[in-house]
This record gives sequence, C-alpha cells and structure tokens, in this order.
Amino acid sequence: MSKKSFRQAINEALAQEMRRDPTVIVMGEDNAGGMGAPGEDDAWGGVLGVTKGLMPEFGRERVLDTPISESAFIGAAVGAAATGLRPVAELMFVDFLGVCFDQIFNQAGKFKYMFGGKAVTPVVIRTMYGAGFRAASQHSQCLYPIFTHIPGLKVVIPSSPYEAKGLMIQAIRDDDPVIFLEHKVMYDDEEEVPDEPYTIPFGEANLTREGEDVTIVAFGRMVNFSNEVADKLAKDGISCTVVDPRTTSPLDTDTILECVEETGRLVVVDEASPRCNMATDISALVAQEAFGALKAPIKMVTPPHTPVPFSPQLEDLYIPSPEKIEAAVRAVAGE
Amino acid sequence: MTNIHPIVMPKWGLAMAEGTVVEWHTGEGGEVAKGGDLLDIETTKITNAVESAHNGLLRRQVAAEGATLPVGALLAVMAEPEVSEAEIDAFIAAFNETFEAEAAAAEEAGTGDPEPETIDADGTAINLLRMGDSEGPPIVLIHGFGGDLNNWMFNQPMLAERHRVYALDLPGHGRSAKDVGAGDLASLSATLLSTLDALEIESAHLAGHSLGGAIALQAALDRPEQVASLTLVASAGLGPDIDMDYIEGFVRAGRRKEMKQVLQALFADPGLVSRDMVEELLKYKRLDGVERALTAIAGTVFAEGRQANVLGHRLHELDTPAQVIWGAEDRIIPAAHAKETPATVKAHILEGAGHMVHMEKAGEVNALIEEIVAR
Repeated sequence: MSKKSFRQAINEALAQEMRRDPTVIVMGEDNAGGMGAPGEDDAWGGVLGVTKGLMPEFGRERVLDTPISESAFIGAAVGAAATGLRPVAELMFVDFLGVCFDQIFNQAGKFKYMFGGKAVTPVVIRTMYGAGFRAASQHSQCLYPIFTHIPGLKVVIPSSPYEAKGLMIQAIRDDDPVIFLEHKVMYDDEEEVPDEPYTIPFGEANLTREGEDVTIVAFGRMVNFSNEVADKLAKDGISCTVVDPRTTSPLDTDTILECVEETGRLVVVDEASPRCNMATDISALVAQEAFGALKAPIKMVTPPHTPVPFSPQLEDLYIPSPEKIEAAVRAVAGE
Repeated sequence: MTNIHPIVMPKWGLAMAEGTVVEWHTGEGGEVAKGGDLLDIETTKITNAVESAHNGLLRRQVAAEGATLPVGALLAVMAEPEVSEAEIDAFIAAFNETFEAEAAAAEEAGTGDPEPETIDADGTAINLLRMGDSEGPPIVLIHGFGGDLNNWMFNQPMLAERHRVYALDLPGHGRSAKDVGAGDLASLSATLLSTLDALEIESAHLAGHSLGGAIALQAALDRPEQVASLTLVASAGLGPDIDMDYIEGFVRAGRRKEMKQVLQALFADPGLVSRDMVEELLKYKRLDGVERALTAIAGTVFAEGRQANVLGHRLHELDTPAQVIWGAEDRIIPAAHAKETPATVKAHILEGAGHMVHMEKAGEVNALIEEIVAR
C-alpha cells in the first residue's frame, strides 16, 4: 500500500493485467511513443503519460503505437477482441468518438446479440474527458451519456486513484466492451492504493459520504467536488449522502433510490451537457420511482447547454463548481 | 504533580489521526474507578468508551462534547481533591505547550506512528505490527477468520504501555501473503510458530481471537515450551459449533449492504458497524486471491458446517497458564464452548458483548490479558 496518482493507478492496473494474462495488449496513438522515429523508444506513454513504461516491459508486440486513424485502430481493437485478445485501446480524447463510433456502438456493442450470444468482445476503450484543461470545445467534452445510451456497452467513470485501479482491472477481465473515462485534470490526484491487483464490481454505487438530509449523486471529478461540499455543510448542520455510481451502465438504481428514500432530497451533479445527460436520467428515475419520498424539488447542477468555452474565465464559469453544488444543496435543504 | 493524571485522545488503529468527543459519562468532580467509562469517542471507524486507568476524581473536562481533537490531545484531568484549581490550570497549560511542541517536532521529523513490517516466516510473507518494549516474553495477538491486525486496535496500544506486543496478519489476511497452502489448522499454526522463530521469540504470551484462538492453542500443543500463556478469546477449537451462515456470508459478501448485515452479527451492539469498517473489509475482499484463501480455510477448518478441530480437552496436557474469554451474546461461536475446557482454565464470560468481545469490552479483556501475563 502506498500513495499513488490516478495516472500511476491505471498504469499499475494495465501492467499487472498484462503480466497475468498474455492476451492483454495496449494500443493507441503514442502509447509507447516514437515508433519508427529515431531517439527514445518509450517517449510518451500516451499524451499524458499513462502507458509509459509498458513498452519496455512488454515489447512492441503488446504495446502498439497506431496511426492517427481512430476508425482504423478502434476497429482493429474490436476485431482483436472478437478473435481472442483483450485489447485496451486508447481513444486519446473522447471528443474523437465521432470518427470511430460505428466500430463501438454498432459493432463492439452488438456482436454478442448478433451472433447468438456466442461472441464475446472483451475490449476496453480508455478515453480522456472533461473540461478544465484549457483545451477548448473539441477536447473538453464529457460525452459519456452517448455511450450510456447504447445497450451492449459498459461505461465506467472512476472518481479516485483507488477506484481507477480496481475498475480498470475489472474492465479488462470483463467479457463485454467497456468504455473507461479518465478525467484529464485528475491524473495527479493521489491516495492510498493497494499494490496487489483487485477488482471493483460494476453496477455497485459507492457511498463516499453518508448523511440524512440530502442525497448528492455525482460522477467522476464531480464526486470530489460533492465530497468537499458535504464536508463543509456537515459543519453547518446539513448532512449529505454522496453517491458515486462508478458506472453509468450498468447503473445502480437501487442504491440511488434507497438513498433518496432516506433523505427525501436529491441533487444530481453532472459535468456533461445538460440535455439528455446523467442528471436528467437520474432525475427521471427518482421522479418516477420515488416521487412520494421527495420533500423538495430535484436540483440538477450541470454546465449550460453550450460548447466548452476556450476563454479560461468562461471555462471556469462553465464547469459545475463546489459553490454551485453547495447552493443547490442549501436550496433543496430549505435554506 | 505526580498525583495529576492526564486523560488523552487514544489512538485506535493505525489510521486514526483524530477523534470526536461524543458524550461524557463522568462529570467534573465525579469519582471514577479503574476501568470505569469516562467518555465516548467517535472515529470514522467506530465509537468506543475511554476507560480510566486509575481510581480517582475527574477534576476537569478539557474537551467539550462535539469537539474533534488529534490523537494525544488532552481530554480531561484526574487529580486528588487536595490538588488546587490553580495547579490543574498550570498542568493543562504545561501539557498543551509540550503537546504542541512534540506534534510540531514529529511533523518536522516525519516520525511518530509505528509502521507495520513484513517478515519472511519460512517462505510466507507475514505482515505484522510491533508496539511497545519490555524485557521478557512479548504478547502476540492473532486475529480470527476474515480479520486483520487492526482488530486489536483497542488492545494493542494499551497493552503496549507495559509490554512488547505484536499483532500479525494471518496468511490470506490483511497484508500478508494470500497463498494459504492447505489452509488447515496445522499449516496456520506452523506459520505462527515460524513467525515467532523469524522474530527470534523464544517464548510468547499468545492471545488469539476466534480462529486465531484455535491457532494459538494448536501452536501451544505443538511447542509448549515456546508459549508462556494462552488467552483464548471467543475461540474456535473448543467445541464443534460455528455459525456457518456468518462464515459463508462473509466469504460471499461483495456488496456494501450484504457486508454490513454480515458484520452486524459480530457485535452485541450492531450500531458499531460503521461505513469505514464495511468499506475496509470490502477493500480487503476485492484483492486477488482473498476469496480463494478464505474458501480454502473455511473448507478445511469449518468443513461440513462444523469445527474440524476440537482441542479443548487437550488443554490439560499443558502446564501453560490459560484462560478463556467470551462475550455472553456471541452469535458466531456459542459462549457455552467456554465450558469445554479443564477446570484449571478460568473462563470469563462478559455481558453486553458479542463475538468481537475484545473490541466491545476492550478494557476488561486488556485487564485479563495483563493479569495472565503478570502471573
């Protein structure tokens, strides 16, 4: 056990699974870095260094640098999964899903259903999401609601280094296609992470705080903001439960409903664009299944329905902040 | 000043940095007997009473209810009636000054808490925590099925005030190796003895809880010369009965709610099962190899729904001082098993405690261990 960053936790998960299972391979743009170019072999390890060190240990055969052609290499990963490997492919930014979406939603997500349940597609697609990196509207989106919409895909949004390692190992061992979303401003977050391999099951929400007054459901980076708010408000006499669903598909609806039934108040915090996102989905779920338990209208904390601004000032205003979450919690708590 | 005793925030478990005062049980000017409850402290893991180490008078409550304070901070002052208020004020001022200086120095030096270490016990990596120092045989604490060295969080620090005390993680548990081999009592007790050898301990006072009790007893039968005394806490190995719903439930539980329900069976007061306790056990159970280890151990020591090793009648073969401690409300192994021992073995049945009697009645259990060690 030692402190590890979000980046190290994912790297360790990949390395341990590659040691355990020779069918696990890693592929993506600059995953090793420097393929075919003179100089350092293990130059980049992906654009933010998550796969660094894998190529020297596992070799070119298992750590593949791909051309800048998502449609080709995501398709190759899906095909490799259907024919016996366990590829972990890196779609550098989730914003690029448009060029490889058929391979994901109509191929990987459907093989099991098109081939009489006899085909498995154990591919993991790692991808960076989220605003706050000053990367403008084409490299800052969340887009996980789009994957969540597709039956046949599993969608994972880890909220901390411990979560990231256990969920990544689970993703690699899972026989279905898994989309694994990594928030680009969380890579340096640190916490205690066991050295041994471990798995966290999909479809089981984590309660990062337990309280009596308000339930906050949040995803990825927003879990940290919500924890911060819960700790602050606990000192003011408002106690919050914070639910981190961990996976949007499968979604642990039981835990969300149980928590809302206990507290009677719900705030959903979602960094994805507000139309048809996880906040609307969970609000609809609770309105339909637990309306009688509600003591106040549901509040959603989301960005506005606009592309992520490039202006740093506007980008900061765009992202759901702890202040906005706190205001929403206070509002539903009747303050 | 020797008649003034500070009561400080205890340290329960390695991760505890601070605690919150829930409720005072003894008011200012109140008499309290040794072992009497002074106040309740809540941590993220558990709520427990701080017991008085002395007979005496509680002169001053320094910490208010609701206050959250670091480990070692002054909570209260006990002193005899003839000590003046001014002397108590001076004591508090001096204590706080020293405490702050020591805390700053410890932070500067990066020192303070004892760290667990991993040793090689005849090829098996065993994680253990050493606390305290003393001449003579140390105390070795052995947890039960599914537990780890932190189960002794209310015992080890207190016993370590006067003794060298080791708490270890059994194979397949905590941070020790997850390969348990045959997983039977013989192999587990062999690993315990190898651990003693690796630590160059020629003689130890063994205290084992549940499965750990059976392991201690087996070790004493195998090498009586190496065991100075035996304290068997809610011990396996004395009778045939075991609540298999608990064992199977614990091995199976992968979800928070299941785990919480399973753990509640361990305590007389199920409210003691906290979110952090559940989460820590889930983290342990998610590790690769743990399910296999637990299944292997349960499949041999609790084969066919009963205890495979009943050794209580063999206690008379030993000259080793031995005692049995049980919680009257134990739902895992019935307290009636305490009677399955020779008359020379004193049995202590503690009311208001379940299977985790060493947590729920820590003060009494600590006193009994101290007593047998002093014999």
